[in-house]
Order: sequence, then C-alpha cells, then structure tokens
Amino acid sequence: MSKKITIEPVTRVEGHGKVTIHLDENNQVTQSRLHIVEFRGFERFVQGRPYWEAPVLVQRLCGICPVSHHLAAAKALDQIIGVGPKGLTATGEKMRRLMHYGQVFQSHSLHFFHLASADLLFGYDADPKTRNVIGVINQFPDLAVQGVMMRKFGQEIIKATAGKKIHGTGAIPGGINKHLSIEERDFFLHSPDPMNVDKMIDWSVAAVQLFKDYHAQHTDFIDNFAQFPSNHMSIVREDGAMDLYNGLIRVVDSEGNIILDKIENQDYHKYIEEEVKTWSYMKFPYLKSLGKEKGWYRVGPLARLNTCDFIPTPLAQKEFEIYKAYTNGKPNNMCLHTHWARLIEILHCAEMMKELLNDPDLLKGDLVTTGLKGNEGVGIIEAPRGTLFHHYKVNDDDTIKMANLIVSTTNNNEPMNRSVNFVAKSMMNGKTEITEAMMNAVEVAIRAYDPCLSCATHAIGKMPLEIKMYNAENNLISEIKS
Amino acid sequence: MEKIKFQIDNKECEALYGQMLVDAARDNGIYIPTLCNMQGTNPCGSCRVCTVKINGRYATACTTPVACGMEIESETDEIQEIRNALIELLFNEGNHFCPTCEMSGNCDLQALGYRFDIMAPRFSYQWPKRAVNTDCPYLIIDYNRCIRCKRCIRSIKDEQGKSYFAFLNRGDKIEVSIDTMMAKNMSKELAELAAKNCPVGSILLKGTAYKTPIGERKYDKNRIGSCVENAQLTAKMEELK
Repeated sequence: MSKKITIEPVTRVEGHGKVTIHLDENNQVTQSRLHIVEFRGFERFVQGRPYWEAPVLVQRLCGICPVSHHLAAAKALDQIIGVGPKGLTATGEKMRRLMHYGQVFQSHSLHFFHLASADLLFGYDADPKTRNVIGVINQFPDLAVQGVMMRKFGQEIIKATAGKKIHGTGAIPGGINKHLSIEERDFFLHSPDPMNVDKMIDWSVAAVQLFKDYHAQHTDFIDNFAQFPSNHMSIVREDGAMDLYNGLIRVVDSEGNIILDKIENQDYHKYIEEEVKTWSYMKFPYLKSLGKEKGWYRVGPLARLNTCDFIPTPLAQKEFEIYKAYTNGKPNNMCLHTHWARLIEILHCAEMMKELLNDPDLLKGDLVTTGLKGNEGVGIIEAPRGTLFHHYKVNDDDTIKMANLIVSTTNNNEPMNRSVNFVAKSMMNGKTEITEAMMNAVEVAIRAYDPCLSCATHAIGKMPLEIKMYNAENNLISEIKS
Repeated sequence: MEKIKFQIDNKECEALYGQMLVDAARDNGIYIPTLCNMQGTNPCGSCRVCTVKINGRYATACTTPVACGMEIESETDEIQEIRNALIELLFNEGNHFCPTCEMSGNCDLQALGYRFDIMAPRFSYQWPKRAVNTDCPYLIIDYNRCIRCKRCIRSIKDEQGKSYFAFLNRGDKIEVSIDTMMAKNMSKELAELAAKNCPVGSILLKGTAYKTPIGERKYDKNRIGSCVENAQLTAKMEELK
C-alpha cells in the first residue's frame, strides 16, 4: 500500500511551504517534493507604476532581507537612468555597500543564531520543546545575546543608511539619498561594547570557531547530511574576489570547472531559463546550455565560497583558506557546510563594515548622478540567501512595462528539493512510522539554504507544523501536529 | 480694522472681519484640520475635514466667515469623531498604500491619519480601479490617491485663467482629469506648483521621489498642526517671561 506524507508548513524558515513524501508498498520513498503553496504577484502589480517606486515597492516582498531587493531594484534602475554599475558617485556606491553588508550581517546572524543554531546545539532529534530559540536562550544565554546583538548592529547600520531598519528608502535611482553623519559613524566605531564594529568582528571570529569546533565533534553528520554534487552560481568581482554588491556572473560545476564566467548582468537571460511546474508556485531556474536535468545550480554562501577565488578581507580570507583546504580546494558540496560558509561571510561583512565606516566618502560628496535615459535595466546582487536578479523594462512615459525577479530561494529550488529527497530516502526508507525527528531532519536540510519562502512567494500567516500520512486510496491514516 | 470676538471651545478669540473661521482659528493658536483648504484660492469645503459646530449647527470652517458672538465647538469628542470618520473614508475610497508612496512623510492625509490615531479601518475598502496619467512630461498623476480636494482645479490655470484640471463624471464616479493637450504643454514651473499644491501623493513631480531621507521629511518630527499649536505655546512662554 503506497503512502503520502505531508509536512506542512515547514517551520523555522521565512515563509510558507510544505513537503510531500510518497512511499511505495514497501515503505520505500518514491518521490519527495518541497511545494511552495502561496502565490506571489509582485512582478505583475508593479506594472504601470512609476519606475522609481520599484526599490521601495518590491522590497515589501520580505521583512528579513528587504535591503537586497531594495538595492537590486536600485541597481537595475541605475541603468535605466543611464548610470552603469561603476557609474555611481563614491558616496553613492559606498553608502549602498555599507547598507548591504549590514543587511547580510544581520540576516546571516538571524538565520544562524535564531533559526538554525538550535538544531546544532541540541541535535536535530532533540525534544522540540527545547530545540528552539527559547531553548538556546535558556541554555546558551551568552550565545543568544551575541546573536541578538549582532543582528541589532546590522539593523542599526541599515537604519543609518536607508532611514529605517526595515523597508527604508535610502537607495534611489542613480545613488543614495543621504550621507552618514559623523555621529552615526562614531556610534558604530566607538560605542561601548558590544555595539561597535570591533566587537562584531571578534564575535564573528568566535562564531566561525564555534562551527569549526562543532564540526570537529560531529564530522560525520555535518559532512554527510544531504551531501550531493551540484553546480554553483554567484557574482564575483572582475579579479575573482568575493563581492556581495557588484560583479559578473560565474558558474562552476561540482568539480570546480568553470561553466560560465564574466557574464555581464544584463545578459543573464541569455544563459538562464526558468521552468514552471504544476505543483509549486516557485519556478525552477536552470542554465540553458546544460538543460533542465543538468543545468540546475546552487546559490548562497556555499556557492559563493565555491565560485570566488579569494575574499578581500584578511580575517575572512584566513578562514576561507581553512575552509577550502578541507575539500582540497575543490568546491564544497556538503549541505550543512553552508552554515560554515555563512559564518565566514558574517566575518567578511563585519570587516567590510569597518573598512567602509572609516571611509571619508561616506560623510561627504555627491549623492546622485544621472546619464542618458534607457528603457531596460538588470540589477544582480548577492543577497544573504544567494544571487538575486531584478530585471525591469520601462515605457517611454516612465511606467514599468515588465518586471522579472529571480530571487535567491527560487535559484535554490531544485537543490532544496534534492536535499529533501536525500534526507527522506536516507531516514524514512522502510519506516512504517514517521517520527518528529525525521520530520525535523527534512526541515534541517531545507533550513541550511535559509530559504525565504515569503520572499519567493509573498506568503502570510501562521506556521504550525503538520505531518499527514495517506494510504493508497488517499485516506488519512496518521497525523502529527506540533 | 474692526476685530470680531468669538469663542472656540470656550476660549475667547479675536478675528478680522470677513476672515474664514479656519484662518481665524489658526491666528488664535487653534488648529482645525483641513485637506482641501489652501491659502490663495477660494475655499470649496470639499473634504469636510474642518467640520465644526457653530452655535449648535454643523459647518465647514474653511467656508464660513467668522461672525461676532459665534460659539464654536472644535475639539469636542463629537466633532473629533466626525473628522476621524471623514479621514477614514478618504483612505477607504481610494487606493492609499502609504508604505510605498513617495509622499509618505510629506502627505497631509497620512499625517492626519497619524494625528487622529487611525490604526485600522472600520469601513470596508472600495478598491476602485483608477489610472495613472502621464500626459504631462514633468508629472505622474496617480488617481489612486486622489481625494478630489480640487486644489489642482482651483490653482493650476493658464494665462487666460483656464484650469488644466477638471472634474469628470458625477456622484461617486467623479474623478479629477487633466486636459491632455494642455498637459503636454504645461511648463515645468506650473508642474512643480501642481505637485506642491497636492496634499496627497496624487500629483508627483518626476525626478524628486524619495530624495528626502526618512527623518527629514515634513511630518517626521512634527505632527500636522503642531506649527499652529507650537506658535501659540511659544507666545505664551514669551508672555510668562
């Protein structure tokens, strides 16, 4: 008798999703899927709006990393007003970069400390009553405070550059709308501990060490959990350095061979296509040259550390070398190593914030520049969860004609489905009863990608966890609720 | 000039003969909220937000000249509730998405919403289908946010006194429209004035969106009406010195 298991919604992720797992008569997993069950409409309802609204409107996709959408849209609109990727004023570019590094810093902190750390600190099969952020606060209060304060620091950086911690208006077509004041700069550089950038760097170093220590004790679990080869995509600086704000598209395969390199942002559509499947509102992007079966790829921290040649800040570079040495310089395809990569990026962001805060261009200089107006722009940025594409076409009357957004989580759609399948097969094959631990293991795999399902689908609502088992006649035979 | 004596909420006030009540109140340090009223143009009383009770009868303060011996109720619970409902209705009958509107922080309607602590609507949204007009090369006119205050109709005119804007349709279908040919030839200065005179985010000057950072916008630090109230407070402080 075949069975169908549903995990709905998936918890401790941003947004709404469900997992279905189909078992055959011998309780062998035959198919598992991550479904995105909410509808998104941003691409449609920005049509007809004035183009300059896009950075402020589209960022409402999400409350966790709106800055990424804000900046990707602003970068696309820069091109529409005739300003190339390198055409911004020094102040405009550096203020945007500071905003972005603050954003990635706070979002990564939120993900690791608030959402994912409970799985690592308590074990994915621990009692769910303690395996949560409250459990972390109770048993590891210093670590919890560190996570909260790191997120707060990033949020304050966003407020200083965008005007608000969530959904600001700082980036405008052609630049930025404010300087950093001396008081704001000094707050971040010289506030008493812990609210200064040096403390953030110290804590970031400690966070990387925390993961390395955990890895040393749980090597088998971390290395083998949902590990499978894939292609990896990100933007990188022209010299191959990690650059989260601006760069050219690079894709490598699971062995490190270059598939695409130095692809200009506006040419993305020549290389990437999106497939629609009937069972999910989230599309499946793939590389045209490799086709649907082989052209899927991962984005995000793991992918970024696989595509870049080096990280242009010293402490993060040191950790990057240790990280790369673990796989002998080859791309890392181990799903849970995404957390390691994420923490190295946190360190990189902290170092970048310090470098930028000491830059006098933030305090003075022209904010905005303009050029010859065009009708099309593409903005690509490395959001916390991976490569984010914003593509707009504009009518002659300045209203938006077309918008195409490929968000990070959408890029990771196929890898997340494969991770779910991997865990389902390894943990549920042959089992007649599905335990909460098995259910959480599936979520641990999804959570490694830090998916923003609300971002990919604009979801709202509660997130109770529910698992259902159906027999071959589609009758409900077992049900678990959290 | 002859001074007229009257009362607002039992406070003795003075005004010049012929002065409209809303202006007289302001000169006496009392804020009466308005949206359609604009200095330099004839009042029309279209928004009704300045509703007061004069000797027991409702009237709009922007269209009523002050008369000797008037006893006016303005900040009573009853009048404030009427104003509150009127402001809510303005929100509900248009498509006002403050979070993404470029006038957020500078919008009189939004500022009144904050002043009246309007947190959630009690009336159902109408979600009307309205267009965005781009006939004028300097402007984007977003009818979704129009509150039909007629400020643009009354103030934006050509050299012969012909208005660029006019009402179209009737009743609940009424909407503001702009003369297509006149819009194409509107000067930049007049376009700037049209945007400046619009109390909401309906008439927008291109190239200015979001250029004022959050924190420095018109109502970020001071709520609407506070300049009137603060002026009175400052005068009192001076008296005490």
